[in-house]
Amino acid sequence: MRLELIKRPQKSALYSAISPLLALVLTLLAGFLIFSLLGKPPVAALHAYFIEPLSEAWQLHELAIKAAPLIMIAVGLSVCYRSNNWNIGAEGQFIIGGITGSLVPILFPQFQTLFTLPVMLLLGFIGGAAMGAIPALLKTRFNTNEILTSLMLVYVAQLFLDWLARGRFRDPGGNNFPGSIRFPESARLGEIFPSHGSAHWGIVLAILSAIIVWFMMRFLMKGFEVKVLGGSPRAGRFGGFSSTKMVFFAFLLSGGLAGLAGIAEVAGAIGQLRETISPGYGFAAIIVAFLGRLNPLGAIAAGFVLALTYLGGEAAQMSLGVSEKVARVFQGLLLFFVLGCDTLIHYRIKFIFGEAGKPATAKG
Amino acid sequence: MQDRGNDALLLETRGLTKVFGELKACNEVDLKIAPGEIHALLGENGAGKSTLVKMLFGVLDPTEGGIYWKGEPVRIGSPGEARRHGIGMVFQHFSLFEALTASENIALVFDEKTPISQIAERARAVSVEYGLPLDPHAMVGDLSVGERQRIEIIRCLLQKPDLIILDEPTSVLTPQEANRMFDTLERLKAEGTSILYISHRLDEVKRLCDTATVLRHGKVVAHCDPRQETATTLANLMVGSDVEAVKRQASAATPGPPLIEISNLERPPATPFSIPLRGIDLTVRGGELLGIAGVAGNGQGEFFEAVSGEWRQERADTIRLNGRNCGHKNISDRRMVGAAFVPEERLGHGAAPALPLSDNLLLSRHTTDRRAMVGPLGFVRMGAVKEATQRIIREMDVRKSGEDPEAAALSGGNLQKFLIGRELDREPMVLVVDQPTWGVDAGAAARIRKALIDLARAGSAVLVISQDLDELFEISDAIAVMHDGRLSSPLPIAEASFEKIGLLMGGAEPGHQAHAHAEAHANTEGSHEPGAPI
Repeated sequence: MRLELIKRPQKSALYSAISPLLALVLTLLAGFLIFSLLGKPPVAALHAYFIEPLSEAWQLHELAIKAAPLIMIAVGLSVCYRSNNWNIGAEGQFIIGGITGSLVPILFPQFQTLFTLPVMLLLGFIGGAAMGAIPALLKTRFNTNEILTSLMLVYVAQLFLDWLARGRFRDPGGNNFPGSIRFPESARLGEIFPSHGSAHWGIVLAILSAIIVWFMMRFLMKGFEVKVLGGSPRAGRFGGFSSTKMVFFAFLLSGGLAGLAGIAEVAGAIGQLRETISPGYGFAAIIVAFLGRLNPLGAIAAGFVLALTYLGGEAAQMSLGVSEKVARVFQGLLLFFVLGCDTLIHYRIKFIFGEAGKPATAKG
Repeated sequence: MQDRGNDALLLETRGLTKVFGELKACNEVDLKIAPGEIHALLGENGAGKSTLVKMLFGVLDPTEGGIYWKGEPVRIGSPGEARRHGIGMVFQHFSLFEALTASENIALVFDEKTPISQIAERARAVSVEYGLPLDPHAMVGDLSVGERQRIEIIRCLLQKPDLIILDEPTSVLTPQEANRMFDTLERLKAEGTSILYISHRLDEVKRLCDTATVLRHGKVVAHCDPRQETATTLANLMVGSDVEAVKRQASAATPGPPLIEISNLERPPATPFSIPLRGIDLTVRGGELLGIAGVAGNGQGEFFEAVSGEWRQERADTIRLNGRNCGHKNISDRRMVGAAFVPEERLGHGAAPALPLSDNLLLSRHTTDRRAMVGPLGFVRMGAVKEATQRIIREMDVRKSGEDPEAAALSGGNLQKFLIGRELDREPMVLVVDQPTWGVDAGAAARIRKALIDLARAGSAVLVISQDLDELFEISDAIAVMHDGRLSSPLPIAEASFEKIGLLMGGAEPGHQAHAHAEAHANTEGSHEPGAPI
């Protein structure tokens, strides 16, 4: 028996809708299998992983904290991927955004006004965009592969941050621990409901950015340009759109939003510049973008799902003693199944039994 | 058991058919190749040649019909099986890894674990034997196109095939390289190997091939001996001249001002496989419909991109549209001076396949109709776009399912009607169309042709690039021919004949038109020499 993929004449509306759900179910099944093989009770493990982190109000706040950067980055990435540009370096743009935004409270600690935070956010956006401009420039000038260059720049950014946090920007009064001074209140992104939990305004920024970008993609010429150039570059050129400009637009927007997410994380959840500021948000956001069907609004829901895998990983480590790396496994499985299930939108599977059409031998 | 092929033939196909969706790419093709013959497969782009040989080489599964190899019915499921039967193929676009050496590339197709050094030795032996000089240890990335082709041929020969399929082998060769390859082919033939030679270069086919099968629209239209035919008769078979009686409407009494002015348009080849444009001069006046004939792949696509502004010129006055210098302008700005364009490829060039018709209307109209269709901040006025879409659908009688379907969901003819209508709706002063009715059913084709003529009669300049001679004779006021990146001077329709145009298409020099008859039989290589006078 073998399987054949037959192209559908039109894309299936049914599978467009249920493919992400199907991927979630398959991920759970695979998780069931993995926990069984690890010798853990699978049902209890999945419960600890996916249900327990949602049972109390403060945990929902934690979920929102984790979801905020994921959503913000994924919104930019979904535009970028729609335009057929493959920015894999959001993690690095996130870090650089965190650094450039932090320049204000670290270098000018006296500057504490109403404008401090907006300036920081703006600088974060600009820093991320500038980082994103590098692979865009390399792609348009030298025809390099943006997947490789943007990915490699992540390691540059990580090491640069490490160097800053241990060296130049280390808090002189910090007992030699790596990390900058703690930001003053005016440089912090405040909590929304301090009495209930610690979720900060980052999640609101994330949802706002999703709505704005969705509006652009849905109603503005720019969104149309992204769709045309991404789907059929030649038709885009025929329409008078420039693919070079589009490369820059896609990388500046996705880099900028990743940078904004970076400074929102530093000024919100962390409160100082540390040697690491991201547990891989920039990479997990790639999964968020695809799980959300490359739709900015879809990224909101998908962002919460991925945020849950982070919380679940911590919870499972505490209650079951499995490695928190399981979170990465689940994220990988999810992306794998999302991309796999998306095949069903354009293809149907045909099972071919036996060797019906076995070739006749010619040379007797 | 019930059917056997003819034992005397090496390869035979009976009723071989391949259907893609609604399109019959090959329609009941019968092909007979005898041992030791060079058999030409002739046809225009899209005639089904590639589909046919892909079925013979196991790349595609036939929908219907049978393949007989040495009299036995066979099913060829993969290129590997084809090779085991003794069929080898040299593709038009090579399948070589640039980062590997020649011998490593050759080793890739062998199943057995032969050491590379041994393969290199055998390759060297074959290259000496057949006069195909090749260094087996050279990196493919460093080799010229001709040398790469030699690797493919040697790779093919090492498997001692009974049949070699060559897909447009000379399209990438210099005349000298081509001559050397012809010698090799003659030699193989003398040794009893059969060759299926795909080409649309008629002089080559006449020189080299013993028999020919001509395909048009997926059907066999003739089996013939190319040596008994003239370039003209072969061209006629390929492009189809069965409808000789064409009626034309009288052209406008007084031609208007020049609306398309092209002077000395040159373009270096963009890729190793594209044709350079060499010194093209052309003027089309208002009220005039000029046709450009030519065999596919002689620079028409490159010419279209140059006129449309998808490829821009160094000098602003190389191309003037509607009285304004346009050489530096991009396609949107050329549209703004009153020009409109319809490219050859509908899906992926003229239209984005996955987007609905309304979005595809916006694609070419967003600058010219900015006031109506785009609001502040680039807000798309979808209502106005949809209204214009419905108007075009009504005007051009576009048949579709659903209110606003994806471009890819329309049949070729209906999409083409929409794309032409999209431009006509603007009432452009200049219209440039490449292959207006390619793959379009007769009814839609007639409607499109009428629309083009009407536009010209209303005072616009219309430039139609087509490989369909019947069509050009039906609608043009004058016909120019594109060959090898050059454009002949236009022949007024009253002076043009199938024979004259066919000869120009085959590469005869325009200066010798008066002797066209005499030269039909002595079609020489002269026109292929670089720098030949135009």
